[in-house]
Amino acid sequence: MEGDIVQMGAYIGAGLACMGMGGAAVGVGNVAGNFLSGALRNPSAAAGQTATLFIGIAFAEALGIFSFLVALLLMFAV
Amino acid sequence: MSEATGEGLAFHPMDQFIVKPLFGEGAVHWYTPTNASLWMAVTVVAIFLLLVIGTRGRAIVPTRIQSIAELAYGFIHKMVEDVAGKDGLKFFPYIFTLFLFIVFSNFLGLLPKAFTPTSHIAVTAVLAVLVFATVTIVGFVKNGAGFLSLFWVSSAPLALRPVLALIEVISYFVRPVSHSIRLAGNMMAGHAVIKVFAAFAPLILMSGIGIAVTPLSILAITAMYGLEVLVAFIQAYVFTILTCVYLKDALHPHH
Repeated sequence: MEGDIVQMGAYIGAGLACMGMGGAAVGVGNVAGNFLSGALRNPSAAAGQTATLFIGIAFAEALGIFSFLVALLLMFAV
Repeated sequence: MSEATGEGLAFHPMDQFIVKPLFGEGAVHWYTPTNASLWMAVTVVAIFLLLVIGTRGRAIVPTRIQSIAELAYGFIHKMVEDVAGKDGLKFFPYIFTLFLFIVFSNFLGLLPKAFTPTSHIAVTAVLAVLVFATVTIVGFVKNGAGFLSLFWVSSAPLALRPVLALIEVISYFVRPVSHSIRLAGNMMAGHAVIKVFAAFAPLILMSGIGIAVTPLSILAITAMYGLEVLVAFIQAYVFTILTCVYLKDALHPHH
């Protein structure tokens, strides 16, 4: 019985951890959207900034991946 | 964890990441040939074939394989030069090796029944910790104690600098963690999502509702697979360009 409650808590926690992915989605969308609006204002400068775009997306995305990792740890490691 | 039953999924979406011995059953030691080491070897052989066999002719009008090899070389060479600067080109062979290993194991992992070495944090952590160690050592060798000015943001107001220094130190030591988990997490998540949809596909054999679910899930597998091909390249690109950014910090630590 006690183990069941612990496992239930782990599953609920894993589900809650997935909410962090929503934040990462907002962040990545923000980066890409702002890049696009800047690129449409000055298309000639856009090509040189794609590397910066990907770095920004990678940093925003990493935090979403952390929440995914927490969910995985709760599912399989705890 | 949850065992496969008649009611649930026919297989577990994480089963594909289990490291198994190639021959027979039993414990996995460091010398045991496993599916992970097999696919890493396949990756290395594929890179060897592309670069050595592809450029053997050295034709002025390149063959298709030769132009792929030249495109990859030129792409990374330009990236290192643009991001890390001219003096970063000394590290080009290392960065090119990293890129080719990651991009090939990502793409080969997309083959059905294949194993993706980069979906394991154990593999990506080795790559990321090596990058971290290289960058730190290069920073101290090149700049001496001046490398520590990376953490002392001289453009900020004096009162803020100790706080910023603390944040910079923490973010510096989180680098290998996020560097490795980003790659492994992306590969693992993508493959697991494909497997989850794949588990819904045979529903048509079990129940009436499957007539609606099966075509949808096959469509979803196809779409996710297309996205995964994109992600496989982008994650290799991101890993490589972040290595270049870290290298730039080591070569030119002054803000």
